[in-house]
Amino acid sequence: MNPTSVLPIVEKYNNRRGSLISILEEIQSQYGYLPSEALQVVADRTGRSLVDIYGVATFYKAFRLKPRGKHLICTCLGTACHVRGGPSIAQEFEGQLGIKRTGETTPDKEFTLETVMCLGACALGPIVVADGHYFPNVTTSQVKTIIGRTREGLDKIEVQKDKRIFPVEVACPRCNHTLMDPDHLVDGHPSIRVTVSFGEEHGWLRLSSLYGSYTIETGSEIPMGTIAHFFCPHCHAELIGASNCMACEAPMVPMIVQGGAIVQICSRRGCRSHMLDLDATAVT
Amino acid sequence: MIKLKINAVPVSVEEGSTILEAAQFLGFPIPTLCHVEGLSPYGACRLCVVEVGEGARSKLVSSCTYPVEEGLRVRTASARVVRARKMILELMLGSCPQSKIIQDLASAYEVRQQRFKQEYETCILCGLCARMCTEQMMAHAIGFQGRGDHRTLGTPFNIKSEKCRLCGGCIYICPACQLRCTYTQPEKAICGGCANLSPPCLEKPNFDDMMCYMSPCVACEIKKD
Repeated sequence: MNPTSVLPIVEKYNNRRGSLISILEEIQSQYGYLPSEALQVVADRTGRSLVDIYGVATFYKAFRLKPRGKHLICTCLGTACHVRGGPSIAQEFEGQLGIKRTGETTPDKEFTLETVMCLGACALGPIVVADGHYFPNVTTSQVKTIIGRTREGLDKIEVQKDKRIFPVEVACPRCNHTLMDPDHLVDGHPSIRVTVSFGEEHGWLRLSSLYGSYTIETGSEIPMGTIAHFFCPHCHAELIGASNCMACEAPMVPMIVQGGAIVQICSRRGCRSHMLDLDATAVT
Repeated sequence: MIKLKINAVPVSVEEGSTILEAAQFLGFPIPTLCHVEGLSPYGACRLCVVEVGEGARSKLVSSCTYPVEEGLRVRTASARVVRARKMILELMLGSCPQSKIIQDLASAYEVRQQRFKQEYETCILCGLCARMCTEQMMAHAIGFQGRGDHRTLGTPFNIKSEKCRLCGGCIYICPACQLRCTYTQPEKAICGGCANLSPPCLEKPNFDDMMCYMSPCVACEIKKD
């Protein structure tokens, strides 16, 4: 790590009394842990001694002095989980991952194993939390499955199965010509084809027609953060609405959804802002 | 001056002093492991408990952190106080059975049993070494870390601290640890001028002005000549 990157964090607090925990929290949110060099910088800048800062960093469980793995598996060893076999679950995790339960991380930086002294969900014990997902009534035979599913990613949304994601069919708000391209599939559904221009570049862009999916295909790569102009490939009118993105202030791009609604997407590459207005009938 | 009664003897002491200071000055013995004159009071060992107040409202307080009050009634050796001290000593003997200071105190207080598992620790977490390091040696090299039963004293990251001058003040003041002068391993050691005919502080420039607790010691005197 570069020690100078910690300086703005320390200087922001202007050496106020009681700001040490906030400084450490901010450093940890930047690096994921508290590097020793960063603690030294904090000590030098605040004029406190390193041993005091180290004492605070080791006192609070929320602070880590070692980097954590990609996935965090936490076994409850509270009283209820303990009597229902929590320790043998923790032992099984230790055996399968080859690390100790005291916050150790696998050498491939994939898993960190921790224990907790009660999650308040005693009726579900023995309970295991993996990346914020709760697994109730765990048996030792389930440990392997939990590790496997965590490795794949528990937050991954399956586009095909998720009910929040549904296909829409859209048309140009000027000429009402459909924008769907049934011959070219994105996410397994017909794609939405528009032409785009940004800077000196002109090209085509295919959007996934699944509402909630951000998959796109482009002829030429649009740099992140660029605001692109969207055009209908049929009437060549610019698809631009009156409203701006709530998140990044870029103009929103309106498209008419078959069945009478307007979907608007943000024209900035990388911004995921979008909205579906079921009451709107005309582009304002 | 504040008037109070210690063991029913009316005494008057200066405002701002603690019960322990007052009692020790007037000759009432109160045992303590974590209080040393010149270091800030900390109240860690609890051996200096005394009973203040009357009857049912009396309570046990640590005398090293309790400032004297007008009309206070203090008992330094009531049955309740002695019982509490014996229990504290028995617990300390459980964690650090090898400390001579604790053994002597336990013997003086007639602790004749050992009901707790002996753990052979070398620390009672009194914090004397950290206060010595900070307040007297001005080094601020060691301090508390961790918490609960993982609480320990040491340097940051448990590696040699740049601020530590190896003065040995922490070892000198410790009531529990059995660390002896390790002059045969000069890198880890305090000076050891007392036991060593050619102490490392003679040969190495980095031992100059280290404010060793031995000062004035043999080695320093030789060096000056």
